[in-house]
Amino acid sequence: MISIATVPVLEPVQRSPGYWATVLRRFSRDPVAVGAGIVVLLLILMAIFAPLIAPADPYKGMALRRLRPPGTDGYPLGSDELGRDMLSRLIYGARLSLFIGVTPVFIALFVGSAIGITAGYVGGWVNTILMRVIDVFFAFPSVLLAIALSGALGAGIANSVISLTVVFIPPIARVAESVTTSVRTRDYVEAARASGASAFRIVRTQVLGNVAGPIFVYGMSLIAVSMILASGLSFLGLGVKPPEPEWGLMLNTLRTAIYTQPLLAALPGMMIFITSIAFNVLTDGLRSAMDIKS
Amino acid sequence: MTASQTVAPQTFEPLMEVDGLTKYFPVKSGLLGRATAVVKAVDGVSFNVAQGETLGIVGESGCGKSTTARLLMHLITPTAGKLRFQGKTVGTAEMPLKAFRRQVQMVFQDSYASLNPRLTIEDSIAFAPTVHGVSMVDAVARARRLLDRVGLEPKRFAGRYPHELSGGQRQRVNIARALALEPSVLLLDEAVSALDKSVEAQVLNLLLDLKEEFGLTYIFISHDLEVVRFVSSRVLVMYLGKIAEVGPTDALYEASAHPYTTALLGSMLSMDPDKRRTAAPLAGDPPNPINPPSGCRFHTRCAYAADICRTREPALSLVAANHHAACHLSDPTSGHTRPTRPAVAEVTA
Repeated sequence: MISIATVPVLEPVQRSPGYWATVLRRFSRDPVAVGAGIVVLLLILMAIFAPLIAPADPYKGMALRRLRPPGTDGYPLGSDELGRDMLSRLIYGARLSLFIGVTPVFIALFVGSAIGITAGYVGGWVNTILMRVIDVFFAFPSVLLAIALSGALGAGIANSVISLTVVFIPPIARVAESVTTSVRTRDYVEAARASGASAFRIVRTQVLGNVAGPIFVYGMSLIAVSMILASGLSFLGLGVKPPEPEWGLMLNTLRTAIYTQPLLAALPGMMIFITSIAFNVLTDGLRSAMDIKS
Repeated sequence: MTASQTVAPQTFEPLMEVDGLTKYFPVKSGLLGRATAVVKAVDGVSFNVAQGETLGIVGESGCGKSTTARLLMHLITPTAGKLRFQGKTVGTAEMPLKAFRRQVQMVFQDSYASLNPRLTIEDSIAFAPTVHGVSMVDAVARARRLLDRVGLEPKRFAGRYPHELSGGQRQRVNIARALALEPSVLLLDEAVSALDKSVEAQVLNLLLDLKEEFGLTYIFISHDLEVVRFVSSRVLVMYLGKIAEVGPTDALYEASAHPYTTALLGSMLSMDPDKRRTAAPLAGDPPNPINPPSGCRFHTRCAYAADICRTREPALSLVAANHHAACHLSDPTSGHTRPTRPAVAEVTA
């Protein structure tokens, strides 16, 4: 045993702010990114508390009061082609739109990271096999792949979530693989290997903390794409089925009114636009906050 | 004595025996990635390390020093060769890799790259002990004792991140990390080369103190001949993946037997203006290890090269007590002599 001059065991020491604390501090100094973050937060709150906020029942139509323009008495944002309150439908629409936009990305983050980190850390023929399979999916444009998968699986919320997840696994796996490959040859990983730690333990304690940031930011940037693809699937009738309120589907059903009530027809599109811009700006802010040059 | 590249039996019981260590890196090319050539990074290197000594390994860039270090640590798998530790073959049931790694630890050259930027330094140091079953609290306590021992006050430094430390402080952390498993051998791969001179001296003194205190054995890899002379009890000179010369530090520095060692030592700066040299002791770059020269690998740059050097590879032969050189000049049976250099004649006599 090595005998070393003894120091009282585990007394409190000065702690420096960690990486994520630093990222948060830098992020909070970026007003544009914070603004986008607030918009995203409001959208999420709107989805959660839809029943409390919405002025009317989003499913209840009034055949006599169809396609009222925004500002009509009792219909702050007008009414749709079946006489349902637009404002309520837009508020309720956030639930499904956010759900089918965000869920595939988060599932794909787990699956794609697992594939990419495994391929990147193990390397060799495991990497070759995994990444060539991933490359097959890259051969298809993401929109076509989503449509093809949704078409094959059939319409429905679960199926559009599944098909979008499959669409997002390859790009996330590729990013995860490239950052892991660059991290695994660093000396601190070598040092961990020299200590006799298992590959799983090294990935968990030494690699994950260094690759999670870039992978997560990339995933965030896919949320906007996912929202638009999800809306597209609903628009094509492959996603959410009527009468559920969902922005993409609403865009579809209101398209016939584009000449008579253009503003009304554009409202769901506006919501999709605001949401994806907010996610994009938030991602950019996170990315620059994480770009710390020590 | 002359038959193979093996160092002759020594008076001490070797702690580590390296036998025919070889690493060829395939050079892949073409669409199918077939190996079209091999880089002979380390080619049949054999040496022993004695308990408590400091073995310096020197050589130019690309001579295989670092590859040897990584092979010894089993960070890369050797093409051929065996490693015995305390008389037991490493990687077999009698000395599993994990047990070996507990005994032999490494300090890397780049103090920043060798510390995880996301972990506090106490967590970095405590990692290895937790791998070997020490509880987190005990490992952190050990990390803080080691920090204190390497001259970093735990209260101020334990909770910091690598980027908040200077290069010298980070290298002290790396040394503490290597010591966390209470090893008996420390492999120092250019461990002080990236530090500036004043810090380098402090870290070297720390290493010497730690060696004495913990009874460590060092394998000290460096391109800096002065530093190697300062710390080493024995020096091993490598050239293009092979051992050129190995011997006690003083004997090797004062009476080198291999022309390469002589040239290498000639490149050292001298404080004495009379000893200043104007001509470069060695011309050109080392040959490509993909296609090393036939016979003696040094013959393309050697001032004494003869026909035998181009055709026959010299084995390590004894030139003095514990002092071996892989040169035909040192092997009386080779028939190759060097009348121009009396210093060598004295040694061989």
